[in-house]
Amino acid sequence: MAEADITLSGLTKQFGDMVAVDDLDLEIPKGGFFAMLGPSGCGKTTTLRMIGGFEEPTAGTVNLAGTDVTNVPAHKRDVNTVFQSYALFPHMTVAENVEFGLKRKKVPKAERKQRVAEALELVQLTELANRRPTQMSGGQQQRVALARALVNRPQALLLDEPLGALDLKLRKQLQLELSRIQADIGITFVHVTHDQEEAMTMADQIAVMNEGRIEQLGTASELYDTPKTAFVANFLGTSNLIDAKVLSRSGEMAEVEADGGARLRVPASVLPGSDTEVRIGVRPEKLDLEAIDDGSPSANGDNVILGHITDAAFVGVSTQYVVHTEGGDELQVFVQNSADHPPNLGPGRRVAATWDPTTTFAVNREESDGA
Amino acid sequence: MSEAVAPAPGKGSRGRGGPSLRRRRALIPLLFVLPGLAWLILFYAIPIVSQVWVSTQTGNPDDGFVQTWNFSVYPDAVSEYLPQIGRSFLYAGTATLACLIISFPLAYFIAFKAGRWRNLMLLLIILPFFTSLIVRVVAWQTLLTDDGLVVNTLQAIGILGPDGRLLATTFAVIAGITYNFLPFMALPLYASLERMDRTLLEAASDLYASKITAFRKVTLPLAAPGIFAGTLLTFIPAIGDYINAQLLGTPNQFMVGNVIQSQYLTVRDYPTAAALSFVVMIVVLILIAIALRFVSTRQLSEAAAA
Repeated sequence: MAEADITLSGLTKQFGDMVAVDDLDLEIPKGGFFAMLGPSGCGKTTTLRMIGGFEEPTAGTVNLAGTDVTNVPAHKRDVNTVFQSYALFPHMTVAENVEFGLKRKKVPKAERKQRVAEALELVQLTELANRRPTQMSGGQQQRVALARALVNRPQALLLDEPLGALDLKLRKQLQLELSRIQADIGITFVHVTHDQEEAMTMADQIAVMNEGRIEQLGTASELYDTPKTAFVANFLGTSNLIDAKVLSRSGEMAEVEADGGARLRVPASVLPGSDTEVRIGVRPEKLDLEAIDDGSPSANGDNVILGHITDAAFVGVSTQYVVHTEGGDELQVFVQNSADHPPNLGPGRRVAATWDPTTTFAVNREESDGA
Repeated sequence: MSEAVAPAPGKGSRGRGGPSLRRRRALIPLLFVLPGLAWLILFYAIPIVSQVWVSTQTGNPDDGFVQTWNFSVYPDAVSEYLPQIGRSFLYAGTATLACLIISFPLAYFIAFKAGRWRNLMLLLIILPFFTSLIVRVVAWQTLLTDDGLVVNTLQAIGILGPDGRLLATTFAVIAGITYNFLPFMALPLYASLERMDRTLLEAASDLYASKITAFRKVTLPLAAPGIFAGTLLTFIPAIGDYINAQLLGTPNQFMVGNVIQSQYLTVRDYPTAAALSFVVMIVVLILIAIALRFVSTRQLSEAAAA
């Protein structure tokens, strides 16, 4: 991993009694696309605003490219922000908006014109240079905001829910465009979003935030395949979480016993510490269902939990089942509607839910363990 | 849409001989405009025409006036009352500028910093208007009177000489006008500042603008419609004002309003009074036209839409 571009140490922000950001330590690598993901009120925007210089930290430091900028005002920091509301100057044309930062930096006029033209070309708005922002669509305004920030060639670009106000189709299109631009110019992007799909699509690294802290940091697939907390497991997609006791930890696979008595195998590497009480998880689409009208299911090395279907919903590409297990858990199961899986399992059917043990993950049993 | 509402097609589809639906719809906006239009004709167009009509008449109040198309009344009136006309523009201009200087920080504070006190502060701005103009000006008379608290204090700290006075000076007249027209400046300013998106200032500082630059490049241009509206609302009526000069000044401070008032009501030289009114109106219109060239209507509407 490349050197750190932005380093946050012990960063804390309190608004009155409310702790918005709680003793946050974070290294954002240079030149990457970094996402801060979390529900509203998790402190992600406040963190971004402290990096940008719009909020003063209650405690801790912000380090930008090796320099402590904690006490440097926003207008002297070498970062630029794309605001959620775009915050384009309504009394200036698109070109004047983009030129604003360069003028403040006293860039010579000829270079200014050239860089504005380049920035507008990057976001494909060359033809609209003389329009006013108020005459443009949301997607176009978003691009102007992007060009206005990028034209300054900042150390890092901060994006605060930049696609939040756009409709789904446009959002998808701009997600790809943002990724392309980031790859083209190689500036560090720090992207704040509450949309897990958006974060997973675009970011190299994601920090999942909750209640002012980072729950887990990793790539999209790390976070999805091996979430470490129940919060991450449920914020990124859907998860089935099952409480279990550890029976043995020999070798690569550990053996646990779920509440209903089912013995399940789990990769030893995902089990936290030496706890005996654990909570294991598996994604709904990793599960398979097998009707057991007679006899016992064919195990062949898979984990098996017995139960009966309480709900089945056909959603086109898959059928989503709810299975009530003998241990009293509810499992979500998404089964693909392929030729060998006819959607013929209805509520009430006794089934075995089976899955490959290696796709099992484990999260902290108690929420307070995550601190 | 219109098909759905229109009577069934075929013979006699026009219904009971009334105008077609389309024509009736076209008439509706006209109906809305009618009261305003009638008002303008009755109290604006007709008085202007009659004013021009009166201004070129000759005669005297006892024998009556007859129309003689005596246009020389215009140059005569202007040359005779040039000091008062000039004073009007000077006093009104100075008072407008003073209003702007006082109102801007005030409006800025109310819009951005006052929080839950905002409505109370707005109420306080218009509170003096709950009493009549005369009462307010007379109150200023008392305030600035020769042995009053203000004069005594200023004499004590040496700003005014021992014989110095405030009442019956140019300062008193301009101060009175400023006080009386302040809300007309403060309220439009407040309205334009209050509408401004505060994130724009963050964006400006994000783009390397210091607080002063952000104010100059963002706040001020976006407040331009308010400044413009406030200036018009203050300057134009202030030019015609005569109460402040009458009660706080001396004949040396008399403005064109005082002349017009006395020509109409005391001297009863109607042509001169009408000509003076008309001249002032034309000069004001020219000034507005010049000002509009600096603040384009497009800029106004766009800043307003933001």
